[in-house]
Amino acid sequence: MQKPLLSVEHLCKRYGSNTVVDDLSFHIDPGECLGVIGPNGAGKTTTLRMCLGLIGPDAGAIRYFEGLAMPHDALAIKARLGVVAQMDTLDPDFTAAENLLVFGRYFGLPEHTIRERIPRLLDFAALGHKRDAKPSELSGGMKRRLSLARALVNEPGLLLLDEPTTGLDPQARHLMWERLQLLLQQGKSILLTTHFMDEAERLCGRLLVIDHGRKIAEGRPRDLIAQHLEPDVVEVYGQGATGLMGQTALQALASRTEVSGETVFFYTRDSGPLLAALQAWPQLRVLHRPANLEDLFLKLTGRQIREGG
Amino acid sequence: MQRTEPSVWSWPRLSMRWWPVFRRNLLVWQKLAIPSLVGNIAEPLMWLVAFGYGLGALVGPLTVDGQPVSYLLFIASGSICMSAMNAATFEALYSAFSRMHVQKTWDGILNAPVRLDDVVMAEMLWAAFKALFTVTAILGVMLVLGISHSPKLLVAWPVLLGVGITFSCMALIFNALAKGYDFFTYYFTLFLTPMMFLSGIFFPREQLPPLVQAAASWLPLTAAVELVRPLFMDRWPEQGLRHGLVLLAFAVVSFWVALALTRKRFRG
Repeated sequence: MQKPLLSVEHLCKRYGSNTVVDDLSFHIDPGECLGVIGPNGAGKTTTLRMCLGLIGPDAGAIRYFEGLAMPHDALAIKARLGVVAQMDTLDPDFTAAENLLVFGRYFGLPEHTIRERIPRLLDFAALGHKRDAKPSELSGGMKRRLSLARALVNEPGLLLLDEPTTGLDPQARHLMWERLQLLLQQGKSILLTTHFMDEAERLCGRLLVIDHGRKIAEGRPRDLIAQHLEPDVVEVYGQGATGLMGQTALQALASRTEVSGETVFFYTRDSGPLLAALQAWPQLRVLHRPANLEDLFLKLTGRQIREGG
Repeated sequence: MQRTEPSVWSWPRLSMRWWPVFRRNLLVWQKLAIPSLVGNIAEPLMWLVAFGYGLGALVGPLTVDGQPVSYLLFIASGSICMSAMNAATFEALYSAFSRMHVQKTWDGILNAPVRLDDVVMAEMLWAAFKALFTVTAILGVMLVLGISHSPKLLVAWPVLLGVGITFSCMALIFNALAKGYDFFTYYFTLFLTPMMFLSGIFFPREQLPPLVQAAASWLPLTAAVELVRPLFMDRWPEQGLRHGLVLLAFAVVSFWVALALTRKRFRG
């Protein structure tokens, strides 16, 4: 059993009477991609900021690599980390190549080492043809990939990525996923926060679900779904769909029923009889699908909108 | 395990990591140096022409430390201190605020192994460098115009760097407190503009009422003028140590306050 690259124990952070992170513990093993998911305001970004030593925890311990402690050994830790923040912090006055050069200098890397890495990093980010372009000339996806390339300038073993694909179109997002998978194949470890369940399912070997600063579930995506949900979901929508909630005979065919807006969700272990019974409402539209992470997420954190997160 | 963060007032933790941050600013500036040079020296030269040649013809020579001095030399030696102050202040307010708050450049840097203390140090030295650059250009023009040929200008040069350092430290306090650019107007109208008129740049401080004069003698800009003007006149400053210590005290205390307030801002 290898020692974890990052282990967080009993982390707490309060702002006044508001507890933002509450007794949170987790770890990342070498070569693993850990996804942190949770609604807005769940404490994801605060946790990440504490892991980066940008704010101090009120209680708890954060340890990296072989016994380095945050924030005490912050500089030694950051020298071996790659970080992509939620908001791009690329230098608008510099070209793509200059952005990498200047960032490499912050790590105290020798000039020739950085210059040697720049073409490789740009190629990795699929930006080889954009080396002299400034960020304002790059698309959203290109900027995010340049941010990722910049985070790799010190050849880190562990990457901390805060919502790396938020705001990207599907093509750009798929390209980003491809690059992250490549990094995992190279043996890098990743901590990733995300709002996209397909992203979490695709990239993460293990997931941490947090809400109100607390860990509410942890495990491999498929295991979590199997553990918390019925395997099949039948969604029914259309004129009068919510009226089905009054049909006790129909409800008896599902283990759990939920309404969200105009759609009724039936969660079931055996969809056959339910689908057959639904034929009695030919005007309704029926979608039968396996349970997914999104169902899990909504079950654990509720369907209500989190404002001000 | 309960823990408290170290106080924002704790001793500055500085290392040489300020240097890559300084170089970053230098690289941006290299791209814009020529246009910014024109802006930096055009204004002080206009002051010089309007007041030195224009008003100077009406005013006639003044007496400083018992020595006669032309109004042109009087205003040239005073306004170069003002230029150092303005160049450092603009850089440490507007430009530093853009990097810190608008572009989030500092946030990016802090994800690398660089401490906030070193970033603040880099910004402070960078603003002082900008002041030195402006002052050097103006000195060059003054030499060409033959306003002063004092060999002691070689001493005035590092003194003006010190003036830049003091005013960039002071401006960084307001940078740390700012929510937007508008805030800086207060600093200019409430602090810098009154100081310009109280520090003996345009007229001798002896013209001020005694009480105001006594208070004004402790202003950092007064200290700068009292150090620089005699050097332009090829004399050594009287009370040079005292004025040097005033600048140093303003610089050290301001840097400390600026650092504490910046740390507080980033812990938010």
